[in-house]
Amino acid sequence: MSEAGQSRRRRLVLTGASLALGLIAFAGGGCGDRSGGERVRITYWEKWTGAESAAMQAVVDEFNASQDRITVDFVSVSQMDRKVIAATAGGNPPDLAGIWLPYIASFADCGALLPLDEFMRADRAAESPVPDVAQAGSDFLARYVPVYAKMSLHRGRVYGLVTTPSTVALHWNKTLFREAGLDPEKPPRTLAELDEFARRLTRHDPVTGAILQAGFLPQEPGWWLWANPLWFGGSFMDEAGEISVGRDKANVAALRWLRGYTDEYGSDSLQRFTSGFGTFGSPQSAFFNGKVAMVLQGVWMNNYIRQFSPGMDYGVAAWPSVREGDGGGAPFTVAEADMIVIPRGARHPQEAWEFIRYLSSANTGANSREKLRGMETLCYLQEKNSPLREWSPFFSGHHPHPYIALFRALAESPRAQFNPSMGIWQEYMRELNTANEKVRLGAVDPETAYAYVQRRVEASWARHRASLARQQAAASENPSPP
Amino acid sequence: MILHSRRRVFHGLAFTGLWVIGLGTFTAYPVLASLYYSFCDYSILQRPVWIGVENYRQLLGDDVFWLSLRNTLFFTMLSVPVGCVLSLSLAVLLNCEVRGRAIFRTFFYLPSIVPAVASSMLWLWIFNGEYGVLNQALGPLLRPLGISPPAWLGDPAWAKPALVLMSLWGVGNSVIIYLAGLQDVPRELLESAELDGAGPLRRFWHVTLPLISPVIYFNVVMGMIGAMQVFTQAFIMSGGPDGNPARSTLFYALYLYSTAFYDLRMGYASAMAWVLFILIAGLTWVAGRVAARRVHTSS
Repeated sequence: MSEAGQSRRRRLVLTGASLALGLIAFAGGGCGDRSGGERVRITYWEKWTGAESAAMQAVVDEFNASQDRITVDFVSVSQMDRKVIAATAGGNPPDLAGIWLPYIASFADCGALLPLDEFMRADRAAESPVPDVAQAGSDFLARYVPVYAKMSLHRGRVYGLVTTPSTVALHWNKTLFREAGLDPEKPPRTLAELDEFARRLTRHDPVTGAILQAGFLPQEPGWWLWANPLWFGGSFMDEAGEISVGRDKANVAALRWLRGYTDEYGSDSLQRFTSGFGTFGSPQSAFFNGKVAMVLQGVWMNNYIRQFSPGMDYGVAAWPSVREGDGGGAPFTVAEADMIVIPRGARHPQEAWEFIRYLSSANTGANSREKLRGMETLCYLQEKNSPLREWSPFFSGHHPHPYIALFRALAESPRAQFNPSMGIWQEYMRELNTANEKVRLGAVDPETAYAYVQRRVEASWARHRASLARQQAAASENPSPP
Repeated sequence: MILHSRRRVFHGLAFTGLWVIGLGTFTAYPVLASLYYSFCDYSILQRPVWIGVENYRQLLGDDVFWLSLRNTLFFTMLSVPVGCVLSLSLAVLLNCEVRGRAIFRTFFYLPSIVPAVASSMLWLWIFNGEYGVLNQALGPLLRPLGISPPAWLGDPAWAKPALVLMSLWGVGNSVIIYLAGLQDVPRELLESAELDGAGPLRRFWHVTLPLISPVIYFNVVMGMIGAMQVFTQAFIMSGGPDGNPARSTLFYALYLYSTAFYDLRMGYASAMAWVLFILIAGLTWVAGRVAARRVHTSS
């Protein structure tokens, strides 16, 4: 080979080698320890964008400024649940992640989450005797309103803590009440009143008969239709931990009530009317543009009304009770939350826990905005109720949500309910929603619909429990390396 | 000589090595791994545990699986023939000697380059039961007959046909392929037929169609493979993986996706993926058998 040829080949080899080294360095850089300087940098993935994200960023900034050891990098990530799963499976998860409550159980069952009660126990290492894990967990959770404490537990362990809590209430348009001759200060208190008010608030086109305005539609927005059985006093699981949706008569009554609205308005008319509704976060949303007069909605609604229907005259009250005096008069609500978790395999679990601990606390003596800390900063900026039992004077007295006291009372109600903590809840909820939709559309009768859900979810529940036992047996035969 | 050929092999490997590694790592390994996982209880986050054919056995008794398969076959059986006839008709029209032919061709191809998500959002508005442009146009036509236009995506009976209608929006790709085929039809054969007294329809039926039959075969097979995997439009237009309303648009790929990523049953989803692969391979084989008798080849 000529000298020129050899030199060309050498150049090629060198170029190839540098490219390969570059790739390795790039890959290594992507996966390497992110600590820099004296502060440990930890990553926090959160699903929120917009105002909720800005509120969380404010708490992160507050935490970063409160100490000089840890810096939290806050990243807004779409499709969080799937990305956390993929990153955890790939061994490179974030140190902190904000996921929806219904995912906690399935993620925990798959071993994707670090139990937080271990950290709670470690925090009390100086005590004598050191409490066991269960006691440490329950002591820590005592600061929360019971419903939010309960939703933090799965199989007796704490896998995530509440960050963005909510409860759901009836919202009504007072202007439409006035137009229909109803007292705008008197919302329906019972289901019978709700149905009656809905009739009076509904208007039809005198020529075509098409619906112009509906008083109430269970499917608008329909996000908690799955919870209707609980509202009616039914259950999803019995005391023995078995699926009970098809066996509890109260559940079927909830479906019959749902079907009543289709019978009242007509399936075709309703389909045409509802297909004109815009998405929730838009001025075309049915409540914002006055197409529907009453909706069941969450604590965030005040934010959205201000943005998409400024100046709307509206009121908020507890869900009507199904029967007079239900639950001893305690109001019913669905409680929900985002949960902050530490994915298994996180590089800085201790530092991540320190942020969670900060976020789970508040300055209960705060008497000005500047003195709010942790959870109260977050919930004040997000205009939501704090999940903590104790509220500071400023937080309770100057909260930007005009109805925050109601949402607090709803969260504290003994009838505040949330989804069952079970690894197949996603599937269960999907089946419930499909059954609701089929009944609403008249494709199947209520009894058959829930009997089908019962059969299907029962099989899934048995399969899931068998899978857990199988995985446990496999793990004990081949324990994972530490 | 040996040195020379070794060097050629080395050069060949140097140029293709990266691609082979990429294919092996990102395609061949996942495909083979999914076959293994299809026989396992596997959630992606834990070690796979071998359970034999349990996943396949459960599939047989899973009525949502069968429903998703029926929905997918319905979509395929409707969208592929209708799309094929429409795209061939358009190609024939665009093959005519008319002024501004290039503009028409561009015009019909344009929708194919619109991203699926963007076009789905657009069609959501077109299909809007109350304000959608489709029902605004259909309303006055149907009213004298005493019929109201359907709510499309809000109505379980019309949601699948709506998605088929929408799929026709993207026929531009197959139109281009048909056009290439039509331009390959020898002019002298058409002229001979014309001299023998064949009119335009007979010329198309007896000369053009047999000569472009390999192109039709190609488009049908590719269309079928695509339709069996329909996902994006249904995911966006039904608002998630549930196939709303009332599972009427729950297609196979949607059910597979929700099983894998919502229920974290990766082993079961892998089994579904392999069943889909076998189904598509089977349908392609059937199409090949039919083509062997019907498709014109120059040999």
